[in-house]
Amino acid sequence: MKLNTDFPQGKIIKIQGNCLVLKGNDIDTDRIIPARFLKCVSFENLGEQVFADDRKELKGNHPFDDSNNKGASILIVNGNFGCGSSREHAPQALMRWGIRGLIGESFAEIFYGNCLALGIPCVTASKINLEEIQSAIEKKASDKYIIDLEKETFQNYNNEWKVSIEVGPKQMLISGQWDATSQLISNHHKLLKLHDQLPYLENFNN
Amino acid sequence: MSSGTLYDKVWDLHRIAELPGGGSQLFIGLHLIHEVTSPQAFAALAEKKLKVCCPERTIATVDHIVPTISQQRPFADPLAEEMLSTLEKNCEEHQIKLHGLHSGNQGIVHVIAPELGLSQPGMTIACGDSHTSTHGAFGAIAFGIGTSQVRDVLASQSLAMNKLKVRRIWVDGQLKNGVYAKDLILHVIRRLGVKGGVGYAYEFAGPAIEVLSMEERMTICNMAIEGGARCGYINPDETTFEYLKKHTQEIHKENWGKALIWWRSICSNPNAIYDDEVEINASQIAPTITWGITPGQGIGINECLPIPDLLEENEKAIAKEAYRYMDLKPGKPITGTPIDVCFIGSCTNGRLSDLQAAASIVKGRHVAKDVKAFVVPGSEQVSKEAKREGLDKIFLNSGFEWREPGCSMCLAMNPDRLEGSQISASSSNRNFKGRQGSANGRTLLMSPAMVAAAAIEGSITDVRNFISGN
Repeated sequence: MKLNTDFPQGKIIKIQGNCLVLKGNDIDTDRIIPARFLKCVSFENLGEQVFADDRKELKGNHPFDDSNNKGASILIVNGNFGCGSSREHAPQALMRWGIRGLIGESFAEIFYGNCLALGIPCVTASKINLEEIQSAIEKKASDKYIIDLEKETFQNYNNEWKVSIEVGPKQMLISGQWDATSQLISNHHKLLKLHDQLPYLENFNN
Repeated sequence: MSSGTLYDKVWDLHRIAELPGGGSQLFIGLHLIHEVTSPQAFAALAEKKLKVCCPERTIATVDHIVPTISQQRPFADPLAEEMLSTLEKNCEEHQIKLHGLHSGNQGIVHVIAPELGLSQPGMTIACGDSHTSTHGAFGAIAFGIGTSQVRDVLASQSLAMNKLKVRRIWVDGQLKNGVYAKDLILHVIRRLGVKGGVGYAYEFAGPAIEVLSMEERMTICNMAIEGGARCGYINPDETTFEYLKKHTQEIHKENWGKALIWWRSICSNPNAIYDDEVEINASQIAPTITWGITPGQGIGINECLPIPDLLEENEKAIAKEAYRYMDLKPGKPITGTPIDVCFIGSCTNGRLSDLQAAASIVKGRHVAKDVKAFVVPGSEQVSKEAKREGLDKIFLNSGFEWREPGCSMCLAMNPDRLEGSQISASSSNRNFKGRQGSANGRTLLMSPAMVAAAAIEGSITDVRNFISGN
């Protein structure tokens, strides 16, 4: 299977594409990518292993195996998605499979941060909106939708729902500064000033 | 918005800048790394031609992939060997201290950092592992990060973060005999839910928390993440300082007074404001055990398994899913559930006091027929100390296996794993589907003493029946 290797870069303002609905609360990162696949020193092959055990259990009936969902780039989930382990392998696996944005009722903290560091927005929707979104997509999987981060909407040609994203992550994504490494390094001189206010750095010697 | 809490103070002291793209830049006082979540971070540094900013502030060990039977190199599993040798190479290249196998200090990262006196009050501590919340036991703000963030800490000793809210969990009363820190935190997660803590730091406080030892406090903070809270902490007090006195070599005697003043200064003020407050009574908690597929699906040992249709609306679907997976019957007691495997260990419950508690239950008794039971000390130091006390002999004489330190069956990235639909009594922290290495393996989480009792009985039982005076 050919996977989408065109990874996020620069300003992330709109995510456009087909959607895939994965229902259920508390889907943990062990399910997204079982621990045995963490035995690797590179993220490269994770795309094909996403939800490996759940897919095996459902023998081809998992949403990630449904041919209608092939090429989908927006993942619709329920509550507390990505709970558990901090493994970035989970969003890496989703990204390498082709996911570029997620909509859910809520996301686990570390998973959310890991997605942000990859330029993948996790936006939230109310339970009612989410149910409407899920049923609209399930009726017609071929429809393309847009997550608009600026307007905080999720829409297609005849529907529009309100979605939300926190102010900080929103700014980081639409300004293209979600990959923080260079910003962090540029403040290196400020680290030196910390020695006055953090005496533990010198083992309380000063 | 919270103010005057330890979280607020530590956040303010470590905030370097507001980032133009949004979020704050937070300095990281201590960075811990291991073989699973660091190799890609080092590779990213090399790709960007970046150096490690403060190598002396990063400490490494190996824990997730190490076998617990034979730790001879090269490991039988070439992938595990590649991961460890990559870590060794990266640490050497970047001058990072690695506490490797047979160094005397190797072990689970969240067990060794406190032992080595590295985890201290008022610090920010980050590690590419969600159970980094453990170090909050010292009054540190400690949290798990992903690999891109490991890269950022290596490159800049800082992270782009958004501030959390603070919820105080006030625990009144006292835990009864036979009820442990593990039961308390399983009870908290049951009460507040696995997503109750999303967006929050948890401050654990109150009479029942104040009397806990440092190791018990680590068990509590370790599982804050299972309640959705990225970090959990306890204000440092005399118990904390006494522990640090024993374990911290770097702070000279003449500086100890200064350290105490600073550590006390970062504690939550009596009039601190919290975003939310919750009260729990420790006296009413029974030995607690999970029956389902999330750490929030817990019940008291003498309760019956819940009827899904009687649960709250948002718990029904996951309860039904749990019953399909666990092959347990609603309405039946959890006691008497036969067990195949008993695991004592992990960053939650692999410390000396955990082994002591379990040993006191198994002493003079024997593991039930057809039960595989094993003990994995959390570190080489724990193992050494346990052997000095003769705990290894107690376990071995009772029919347990005694292993070498590592993460073992908590997450099964090593040879220790469940097979088929085996069911385990486990002192670890996660009962997710497939967590212990078999796609249909089943996990019941409980205290190490409860695991010990289950091993002897061959089925789930109330540990209080094994304790004299109950």
